[in-house]
Amino acid sequence: MTRKPILFRLMAPHIAPAVLALVAAAALVPIANLVFPADHPLHVPTGTVVLLGKWLTYALLAVALDLVWGYCGILSLGHGAFFALGGYAMGMHLMREIGPRGVYGHPVLPDFMVFLSFEELPIAWWGFDVFAWAAFMALFVPGLLAFVFGWLAFRSRVTGVYLSIITQAGTYALMLAFFRNELGFGGNNGLTDFKDVLGFSLQADGTRAALFALSALALAGGLLLAQAIVTSKLGLVLVAIRDAEARTRFLGYRVERFKLFVFTLSAMMAGLAGALYVPQVGIINPSEFSPANSIEAVVWVAVGGRGTLSGAALGAVLVNWAKSFLTGAYPEAWLFVLGFLFVAVTLFLPKGILGALRSVRLGRRARAAQATSAQPAEVRG
Amino acid sequence: MAHHARTPIRLARLVLLALTLVLAPATLTAPTPAAAQAAQEEVATILAGFTRGQFPATLAAIDALAASGHPHAAEILTALSDRRLVVEAAGRRVLWKDAGGAYYDALTGAPVAAPGATTDVRVSNAVRRAVQTAMASLTLRAPSPATRIEAAAAILRARDLSQRDALAAARAEETDPNVQRAFDDTLAGLAIADTGAAEADRLAAIARLAERGDASARALLLGLPADAPEALREAASAAIAAIDRRLAMQAHVQNIFFGLSLGSVLLLAAIGLAITFGVMGVINMAHGEMVMIGAYATFVVQELMRTFAPGLLDLSLLVALPLAFLSAGLVGVALERLVIRHLYGRPLETLLATWGVSLILQQAVRSLFGPTNREVMNPSFMSGSLELFGIALTWSRVWIIVFALAVFLALLVAMKATSFGLRMRAVVQNRRMAASMGIRTPWIDALTFGLGSGIAGVAGVALSQIDNVSPNLGQSYIIDSFLVVVFGGVGSLWGAFVAALSLGVANKLVEPLAGAVLAKIVILVAVILFIQKRPRGLFALEGRAVES
Amino acid sequence: MTTILEKPRDAAPRTTDALLYLDAVGVSFDGFKALDNLSLVIEPGEMRAVIGPNGAGKTTMMDVITGKTRPDTGTVLLGGVHDLTRLDEAAIAQLGIGRKFQKPTVFEMVSVEENLVLALAGRRGVRATLFHRRSAEEARRIAEILEIVKLEDRRPEPAGALSHGQKQWLEIGMLLAQDPSLLLVDEPVAGMTDAETEMTADLLRRINVDHTVVVVEHDMSFVRALGVKVSVLHEGSVLAEGSLDQVSADPRVIEVYLGR
Repeated sequence: MTRKPILFRLMAPHIAPAVLALVAAAALVPIANLVFPADHPLHVPTGTVVLLGKWLTYALLAVALDLVWGYCGILSLGHGAFFALGGYAMGMHLMREIGPRGVYGHPVLPDFMVFLSFEELPIAWWGFDVFAWAAFMALFVPGLLAFVFGWLAFRSRVTGVYLSIITQAGTYALMLAFFRNELGFGGNNGLTDFKDVLGFSLQADGTRAALFALSALALAGGLLLAQAIVTSKLGLVLVAIRDAEARTRFLGYRVERFKLFVFTLSAMMAGLAGALYVPQVGIINPSEFSPANSIEAVVWVAVGGRGTLSGAALGAVLVNWAKSFLTGAYPEAWLFVLGFLFVAVTLFLPKGILGALRSVRLGRRARAAQATSAQPAEVRG
Repeated sequence: MAHHARTPIRLARLVLLALTLVLAPATLTAPTPAAAQAAQEEVATILAGFTRGQFPATLAAIDALAASGHPHAAEILTALSDRRLVVEAAGRRVLWKDAGGAYYDALTGAPVAAPGATTDVRVSNAVRRAVQTAMASLTLRAPSPATRIEAAAAILRARDLSQRDALAAARAEETDPNVQRAFDDTLAGLAIADTGAAEADRLAAIARLAERGDASARALLLGLPADAPEALREAASAAIAAIDRRLAMQAHVQNIFFGLSLGSVLLLAAIGLAITFGVMGVINMAHGEMVMIGAYATFVVQELMRTFAPGLLDLSLLVALPLAFLSAGLVGVALERLVIRHLYGRPLETLLATWGVSLILQQAVRSLFGPTNREVMNPSFMSGSLELFGIALTWSRVWIIVFALAVFLALLVAMKATSFGLRMRAVVQNRRMAASMGIRTPWIDALTFGLGSGIAGVAGVALSQIDNVSPNLGQSYIIDSFLVVVFGGVGSLWGAFVAALSLGVANKLVEPLAGAVLAKIVILVAVILFIQKRPRGLFALEGRAVES
Repeated sequence: MTTILEKPRDAAPRTTDALLYLDAVGVSFDGFKALDNLSLVIEPGEMRAVIGPNGAGKTTMMDVITGKTRPDTGTVLLGGVHDLTRLDEAAIAQLGIGRKFQKPTVFEMVSVEENLVLALAGRRGVRATLFHRRSAEEARRIAEILEIVKLEDRRPEPAGALSHGQKQWLEIGMLLAQDPSLLLVDEPVAGMTDAETEMTADLLRRINVDHTVVVVEHDMSFVRALGVKVSVLHEGSVLAEGSLDQVSADPRVIEVYLGR
């Protein structure tokens, strides 16, 4: 592989179609929802738009996870925590936006704080009335957590399952913390009853379509950014770390810095996904931190194909489509299916859907190459 | 002096008490017909006191009755204070009514037909008080030692100086050492409050309370009147300080005990994992579900025994142990053969696949037994508590500690002293060499995994006693279990042991400072930080073995 | 990349002209002394063969030099100024020590060419690699190395698809790309055919023209073919030093190798 210009690198066969499809969806789905009347065959109902938008934020989380797991071998079982932190940052802004329209009508304090008899706004909430601050914090807080955690973990060379286990324990600890009312983030109930964002009602079709479009564009951007990284020389170093960490060190690379970079970046992407998720589903609560959520995100990546980026996104959408179908139609079956997916993918489809497709294609190409290289010899002979 | 105000009553009491003392041997030995006859006549005389309609006679009768050892004294006195004691107009018999209105003869206790005209025995506050104290002294001679101790404690709580002599008399007769101690404590407590007593006696009483050293002794010492002599007050405050130290110490010991019991729970949950993860290196996220299977096995065994052998219900845990081991062990062997075997050397994949298995097992149990908690009862030997140095240790916790230790020791023995253990260690240390020596390594793998899972099932039996038996049971232990094993040092059974107990104790020592949830968070974060400092845990293996 | 002879700011005054200087190095694992008072001096431009029976401490010595294992006692100096006991693997690699492992370790999932790209001397930072563009000079260097290790026609294939001997060469090629001042080569001919062994000896001699090389080897005929000074390790310290003929005449060496 030679280091081609960046635009060329981004046109890789799996990324370009996905990005184009997302940009097209960002434009067409809102049109189909807003312009076509409800009885028109091309009309997309608002419920579907919201559902799709939610899945796209999951897909962005999956891409973030694939960046660290698929390319650098860091199996984080705590990425749900970064997603949730981004979500809380956005949720806090939406709470502040409610202003005096809450049930208790307090000019500043959100309802739950009045209910828990808070005297004044906790420091952590300062500035969240400003959208830009919330948006910044949605990236900064997950990034900071990832940086501090990674700084400690990667420097002391905690790797493999050990790292997985402590990321899981970390998100579990966060969940316990957020369940507490005293922390000032709504405790058990989390943050909900949002009214509007930047002055647009969250219930309006237009706002929802716009949030969908934003999610699609964010996912497209995330894919492009991740692709730019994994096709750079840094991406090569990441793969080298994944396959032979010690060897990479002996080549003079400071493995912990590369891991720290990609882990922090990935956490910020997850935070962005969470920030887009919350206004669409209208609630964020501590169960988003539950270890089960994080590990479910891992299965999206595994199903779609780790180390493929667009496969991770595809996996997120497919698994969640199956989830929403099954939990509706056969609620008992969903956990069986999800459990079976975990087992089946690891046993029978270790490269995931996209990885399997890719190796089929590579195999065909290799056979074709053999055939063509054998042919001239025969002709000459 | 204050208590002399009630001298007449006291005198009457003393007389009656002396009478009781004389009669006591009669009540204590098996009554001969003649003695029974005499006792009945005596009671008849006493009961006559209730028929006069005069308070002094009633009061005297109350005390005499209490001292008489009459088997129905308690019922009569209670009836009196509730205005249910009546005198038959015709035969002057004394009768009591029960709450339902049926009449009984106070002399014999036999039910009698509804009498004609009756008059109530009159009740005043003085009578009620007298009944109260009489009841207390009555119970000072109750057959059950526990009742006697409680009676003394009641007197102490009320600081009822009037009971002192009755108590002293009862003390002189008392033979049970526990009751003797309780009586002595109470006497000391009364002496302290008694401003009329000699200073030396009161000092001795303070010393006695200081020795007793519990919260109520402290309260009694605080009850020393402020105008008490200097020496008394100094002695009392020194004694209070000593008691405070002792109480703090007790709280500490109690916390450590709670910590050990929590640590035992952690040990039970983690110990199977110390085998599957620690020894074999398999990340089994379905480990918690093995615990859950053990707990449900206990539930099933108990339900079956309730139906078919209700008399043996207390033994259901014993029956459940092997069954839980077998059921969880078999699921473990199946899991190893069907899934994990194909994933050796790919720990992250193993993690994901076993997580999937855990979801399947949870949902399977949910479909079979329903999503709600199932009731597993505690056998009788696990209820109640053990009193040790003033600390109440509940039996269920004590048993959990004992059980965890037993399981741990059994496992150590299985690993070190059986041929299976030897082969297992051989396979772990050098698979190829073991195989070439004729050990069937795949079988050893499956059995080792089965052993780890079976032990998780056994843990489930114990955890069914202290936790809700629900499909989510396992989920709540998996993270803790992994932390215990990693904290202790992978591959080290002793590491898991030390890690579990120290995490348990640490958790309970932090709890009073930070609250339960925060304590858990603090411990989680501390372990995470520790693992980053020492990635190989407390009992790390070092050297070449680790590198490969 | 920093050059070795450049004096670090906090360095001790130079005490030796040797390129690599090990003095009284001791390492023990759980009471087992892997290295016991080991002293070894490698001069610039030298090629040295280190031999010794299994468990003599050869690999541990390599681990100490490259920063994988921290010695309990002793001094390890590079170029007389860099205290290697205080640096980690990456820092030591960046100072110019390259290591080839006993078992060939190449990055199996990436192509032969990319393996060389990774090894190629250059800035190793996060930012530098993220915005790295391959220069003409680098491309020329890669082509040159591919030619030396005879892997030109395997260039785009994943390294995992190479044969054992080819992986060994690729790893040597990666060492060349790294362009270190000191090469540590651990059993380079293990599992090679005679022809491959001969080519490898040839390759090492060519490399030695402008690099200092330490070769750890079991294969006596290979050491003989190299024809360099030999250090014999036994129980964690140097038993004898000199030409192969000298050390093989040493009665202590004979005893260690042949037993009583």
